[in-house]
Amino acid sequence: MSLDPATVRRIARLARIGIDESDLPALQGELNGILGWVEQLNEVDVEGVTPMVGTGHAALRTRPDVVTDGNCRDAVLSNAPDAVGPFYTVPKVVE
Amino acid sequence: MSLTELTIADAAAGLRARKFSAVELVRAHTDAITALNPRLNAYITPTADAALQAASHADEALAKNEARPLTGIPLGIKDLFCTHGVRTTAASNILKNFVPPYESTVTANLLRDGAVFVGKTNLDEFAMGSANITSAFGPVENPWKRNGDAETKLVPGGSSGGSAAAVAAGLAMGATGTDTGGSIRQPAAYCGIVGLKPTYGRCSRFGTIAYASSLDQAGPMARSVRDCAIMLQSMAGFDPRDSTSVNCDVPDYSAAVGRSLKGLKVGIPAEYRAEGLSAEIEAAWQQGIEWLKAAGCEIVDVSLPHTKYGLATYYIVAPAECSSNLARYDGLRFGERVPGDTLDAMYEATRRAGFGPEVRRRIMMGTYVLSAGYYDAYYLKAQKVRSLIRRDFTESFQKVDVLLTPTAPTPAFAQGEKTDDPVQMYLNDIFTVPASMAGMPAMSVPVGLGATGLPLGLQLIGRPFDEETLLAAGSALENAAGFTHRPAIRAEGAK
Repeated sequence: MSLDPATVRRIARLARIGIDESDLPALQGELNGILGWVEQLNEVDVEGVTPMVGTGHAALRTRPDVVTDGNCRDAVLSNAPDAVGPFYTVPKVVE
Repeated sequence: MSLTELTIADAAAGLRARKFSAVELVRAHTDAITALNPRLNAYITPTADAALQAASHADEALAKNEARPLTGIPLGIKDLFCTHGVRTTAASNILKNFVPPYESTVTANLLRDGAVFVGKTNLDEFAMGSANITSAFGPVENPWKRNGDAETKLVPGGSSGGSAAAVAAGLAMGATGTDTGGSIRQPAAYCGIVGLKPTYGRCSRFGTIAYASSLDQAGPMARSVRDCAIMLQSMAGFDPRDSTSVNCDVPDYSAAVGRSLKGLKVGIPAEYRAEGLSAEIEAAWQQGIEWLKAAGCEIVDVSLPHTKYGLATYYIVAPAECSSNLARYDGLRFGERVPGDTLDAMYEATRRAGFGPEVRRRIMMGTYVLSAGYYDAYYLKAQKVRSLIRRDFTESFQKVDVLLTPTAPTPAFAQGEKTDDPVQMYLNDIFTVPASMAGMPAMSVPVGLGATGLPLGLQLIGRPFDEETLLAAGSALENAAGFTHRPAIRAEGAK
């Protein structure tokens, strides 16, 4: 499997990472290098093997459906790059 | 002996015997940081003033005989653990001004037990790296030097490279690390200290900035096995705020240090005699086998046939989880923002400027392997191979109690080496990644110096939640090796 420049652009778009056209050749080479290397997994017979999700040391727990946190608006907003009053600001998203 | 050369165990005893005060102990370390950090770059944010204030509180507690296990002990904290009111960067530009309004569970546990934090240690950006060269705050220099070569700067390993360098050089008595694929054990080996990655679920992940959530695990780094036991005692424990925290008792880890190894079965996995294993590390491994035999262990050859697929599996699973975890850095709620005309333009500019090249690469790899049409071929396949890797360990642990392997294929390398090809860098973690994939506890112990005068580490891998056997076998290796070598650059020598 080899990625072409259009696919690298599409991945960057999906990941919301801006790239310059001048980045493309190096990025394409690096990603293809990694993908070529992970191809070795094709040697492994995984017929009937259950995929491992988590390490299985404990089952996921449930907890009572109660409020355990809150009333900390200022703390939540304290690291906002741009806040106005009790709100985060965002670029205009509705035309 | 200089205060910066003491073990945590000896310092705790010295504080109680009033041989020195906590302020003296902490000041020795903050002074060492002032002297050596400009060169080593082990700390991103030293916190001397807060540390000295905490030290005077520690002296008050000692005077009232209210000392806790770590009262007055100066520790470094990897800058991946959120610390209330103290900048926490993950070594990334995107978090360069992030001041957490809460405390991670692991650091809260250490504070509860009296520890004094002397600073936030450097790391690879978001813990992604094996040489501590991807930090937005610059690389960390390994305090060790090759024989007769004071010039060449070596890497401390990564990602917990700042923690390892700080502990080795006497800029902290111990430090926290996190380990996703080897990030505690490999730097511990490169810097000649002990590093323990506990079982997945043993230490809470709450408040630790996430990289790959099914692998990330916090653990101690220190200059002795006993010191790691003391730190782990404090760091470990059930936390309802981490959904993967495991609710089982925390045993008395110090009691395991020095425990008899009579009849312990130690497995030697054939697959770790891999290509690229340096002759001196192979010799150290053989020596370790002899030492454990002399301590009463039975040596058993075992096979972990899927070992060679660990790294490739890791470099699908970890980037996949990273692409998902790092989606939260959107320039809106916290972190840095680069303006854009549209929401998407703002996201793209923010993430382009905020993340370094290795982080961007892993996010993109992860995005690809999770994308429509490729999920089954890459991600699902990797999850299945991961099951086989775990099965290898589970089957081995029916025959043996613990495994002994090298920690890394070579000693520390120089800054600038292995940087052209990401895959070459990834190969440093060939021996540490499999235990991470399986969630098993593992520890690196320094056992000697190689031909060039650099420390070599051996790795012990144990059954889930059997950190005690690691500590017992680790202390046997430590005693047999009598590793008292110290790096060229260290606090004591600086004075």
